[in-house]
Amino acid sequence: MIVGGGLAGLAAAMKLAELECDVGLMSLLPVKRAHSACAQGGINSVNNLTQQLGDNEWKHFDDTVYGGDFLQHQPPVKELAYWAPKIIDLMDRMGVTFNRTPEGFRDQRRFGGTLYRRTAFAGATTGQQLLYTLDEQVRRWEVGGKVTKFEFWDFLGPVLDDAGRCRGCVGQDMVTMEIHALPCDAVILASGGNGLLFGRSTNSMACTGAAVSRAYQAGVHYANPEFVQVHPTAIPGADKLRLISESARGEGGRIWVPKKPQDPRQPNDIPENERYYFLEDRYPAYGNLVPRDIATREIFKVCLQEGLSVQQDRPCVYLDVSQLPREMLDRKLSGILEIYEKFQGVDPRVTAMKIFPAVHYTMGGLWCDYERDAEGGLVHGSPRNQQTNVPGIYAIGECDYQFHGANRLGANSLVACIFSGLTVAPGVMAYLDNLPAGGRAADQPSSLFEQAAYKHLADYKALLARPADGPNPYSLHLELGALMTKTATVVRHNPELAAALGKIDELAEQVNVSAVVDKSNWSNQNVVFVRALKDMIPMAKAIVKGALQRDECRGAHFKPEFTVPDVTATEPVQRRRQAEDWCDRFEANNKKWLKTTIADCTAEGGVNLSYEDVDTSLIPPRPRLYGVVGGQVIEEVWKERRKKMMNAE
Amino acid sequence: MLKTITQKPDSFLVRILRQDGPGKKSYWQRFRVPYEADMNAISVLQKIAEIATTVEGEKVAPVVWECNCLEEVCGACTMLIGGRVRQACTALVDHLLADNPAEIELRPMTKFPVIRDLLVNRSRIFASLEKIKAWVPVDSYLDMGSGLRQSQEVQQLAYQYSKCMSCGCCMEACPQFLKIELVRKPGETEDRFRAREHTANMRSFMGAHAIAQVELFNTNPIGAMTAFERLEALTAEGGIQTCGNAQNCVKVCPKDIPLTTAIGREGRAATIHMLRKWFDR
Ligand SMILES: Cc1cc2nc3c(=O)[nH]c(=O)nc-3n(C[C@H](O)[C@H](O)[C@H](O)COP(=O)(O)OP(=O)(O)OC[C@H]3O[C@@H](n4cnc5c(N)ncnc54)[C@H](O)[C@@H]3O)c2cc1C
Ligand code: SF4
Ligand code: SF4
Ligand code: FES
Repeated sequence: MIVGGGLAGLAAAMKLAELECDVGLMSLLPVKRAHSACAQGGINSVNNLTQQLGDNEWKHFDDTVYGGDFLQHQPPVKELAYWAPKIIDLMDRMGVTFNRTPEGFRDQRRFGGTLYRRTAFAGATTGQQLLYTLDEQVRRWEVGGKVTKFEFWDFLGPVLDDAGRCRGCVGQDMVTMEIHALPCDAVILASGGNGLLFGRSTNSMACTGAAVSRAYQAGVHYANPEFVQVHPTAIPGADKLRLISESARGEGGRIWVPKKPQDPRQPNDIPENERYYFLEDRYPAYGNLVPRDIATREIFKVCLQEGLSVQQDRPCVYLDVSQLPREMLDRKLSGILEIYEKFQGVDPRVTAMKIFPAVHYTMGGLWCDYERDAEGGLVHGSPRNQQTNVPGIYAIGECDYQFHGANRLGANSLVACIFSGLTVAPGVMAYLDNLPAGGRAADQPSSLFEQAAYKHLADYKALLARPADGPNPYSLHLELGALMTKTATVVRHNPELAAALGKIDELAEQVNVSAVVDKSNWSNQNVVFVRALKDMIPMAKAIVKGALQRDECRGAHFKPEFTVPDVTATEPVQRRRQAEDWCDRFEANNKKWLKTTIADCTAEGGVNLSYEDVDTSLIPPRPRLYGVVGGQVIEEVWKERRKKMMNAE
Repeated sequence: MLKTITQKPDSFLVRILRQDGPGKKSYWQRFRVPYEADMNAISVLQKIAEIATTVEGEKVAPVVWECNCLEEVCGACTMLIGGRVRQACTALVDHLLADNPAEIELRPMTKFPVIRDLLVNRSRIFASLEKIKAWVPVDSYLDMGSGLRQSQEVQQLAYQYSKCMSCGCCMEACPQFLKIELVRKPGETEDRFRAREHTANMRSFMGAHAIAQVELFNTNPIGAMTAFERLEALTAEGGIQTCGNAQNCVKVCPKDIPLTTAIGREGRAATIHMLRKWFDR
């Protein structure tokens, strides 16, 4: 049973069906409407063009771990980078309408965190196009009888036997409200991210994280919860913070603010020399395409510390594509420009867009394993690949933690989703083959399933029976979201995080008695929402506690108190000494914190944290500076140290 | 550019056609919603879920509806807004109130069976994709190199059609597309009922979206190899001959898909297909 029909779940479903497995596919909505449809910008892989400019798979691998601040185990990432070109080819064969060059090759654009044009794209709706292609293939298998869909179903939890092995799952049909325990030999979670925990984000409404939380509460480790990506460029809105993809910058869009604070003129009337292109100034090599965590913090700094926000009442900066040729904009970016035009009523082809950062992507997720081969890649078809600590439960796509470390690079998620979906399939087949005789779900006593279904049915009935006049769950959700956004996103402070833990407990008490107004036993979305809200609480705790304990800065996790001071001296000897200090601290910090956070849920819904070493055996960690002005001396010192270390070895 | 309001009200009225389940009687309820900047029909429904009280002060269940992306790419949130079929997420309150300051009216689509309130059963849309074999029949998912090279022009044409998000607007607007609503028989199991519904869906008019998808897959170089099968489906019961060329569909498609162009081209392809079959007999 696959829970989730985004790119990851669909890729797994079609590959498993090809391997002659009978697959169930459960999702909150018809799979064609999954959140993956929102992905705009594109999908990364090394390609013929970049290779001739000196690119190769290893560099894609290197960019990904450098971008993720070295927090990911390297073998799965290496394997991903080497598979990526084949994945794009496969998607192309299956009919994805990738944009073309005049000669008819796939076109590529540049994305953040790399110097190469690795990103293939289909207009500015790449995710939608990839999703539809996989949806079509899965429909083909559905007609062939290999795939059975459970659409409009809510995953309520796994069914574990006494030995702790997964034997099935429980789900609720959200139309009839019937609850069923479905025996199956493996459960693959592909349920996406948890942006709704932060109230408004760039995510879709199904991204509650509830499925992940239910697995976590059933004993699956949750890894790196504190790593939450905030995307630099979104449109503020009442219900959603709609994304303006990095591809706008990949095609030449520039971020700026007027040099004069809150300059009242229209952006087009502000001359070039009165504009401050702060990213280009501070990061000449990467410019507007620095990784997201860095761009986000710079925008925060410009608006909130330096007082240069475009508007007084609302923080925002300009993202400008108006200088680019109209024909190109229409051919490559129309999808996102239309979103801006539809929701803001302003044509971004003519006038610069106003944007601000928003919660976007869940780097953390269900912990999962892998089996390393002699070259540092993966053993293909190993049952350990993507398996969680609970035997028989797998995790793929945005809901796993495997590939992106402390910060995800743009256009790397789609490829990781499809990759994890395709690789999990042979692994699951091997797992099924290795089950002992009499060890199939069908061989288990029916009481196991009856009890599991009964427990969830009782929980559901208790929810339905709740009074209609308790605290309002919709308001509580907004409160939780505001709290999480304020304390656990771009800038984090220990006293605030500690206080937030207390506030979450208070909210939890309210959530536990919150009102259920709808008493109907038919298509009751009220109950489904209240249940998802309840399951947000344990995850919120894991995120906040993970952030509280991690006293360092890494990727998207930023605590000003624990920054290493920049090199400020001008005198060369002093500069050098400061850089040496910087590197000492960097090394000491890695010893202490270059570790995966592992969260375990306690019986009371609290959280226990432990830490696990990261496999960095292929690419040694190095300072993550992206050629920032003033950082060269640190890079020099670091290179010398590396050389000495290598010689010593 | 669309009309928009100049005076922001403190609050506004919303009238919603509700229905508790299939076969139940529908009824109207009115809600007063506080005005906020940047609202759309979805944030209005979210607000109503939070208030859950009618203008008469009656405490009621939150309205049931379907949505996901909130940016018009997933196709989930189709409904009738002020009598017009469209996506709720891009229906901005400022524009709706400019059209009718008195109230905003929300109703479920009329061509699909209501499940509850604004939520309808659109399984028929996906059944038609099944019928026309809307996929590229690749041999395997192994590494066989890239797809064929393609001109920018061909890609741009295909891209227009591949944006179809199965929202149902084109079907709601079509005079030839008639509602099919089956009633569960006493003693009939859920599975049996679904199977019966599926058979009925497969025989009914496929709608403009499916005709456009035939155009998409039959112009794909690999898809073209099985064009015959799609043309068979296109000319079978519920196929293109049902289309009366009223051209309502193309006017309401939120993705601006050139549906009538596809219908014209596939109409010709269907005719040739029939003639060929006739001569090959
Ligand atoms: C606006 C936006 C733009 C993006 N652009 C890009 C880009 O250009 N390039 C890139 O690489 N990445 C991009 N990303 C990230 C990328 O889109 C996502 O990480 C990716 O699509 C996640 O896919 P998934 O298959 O893991 O899950 P999803 O697509 O989120 O699907 C989750 C599935 O799980 C189901 N589900 C969830 N909960 C339950 C439950 N309780 N019970 C049953 N089913 C459940 C849902 O119904 C759904 O089918 C973007 C993200 C956003 C928000
Ligand atoms: S052209 Fe055909 S499909 Fe379109 S509205 Fe008219 S009858 Fe319906
Ligand atoms: S053709 Fe247009 S209106 Fe019809 S289903 Fe597709 S997107 Fe919707
Ligand atoms: S919510 Fe996806 S189209 Fe409106």
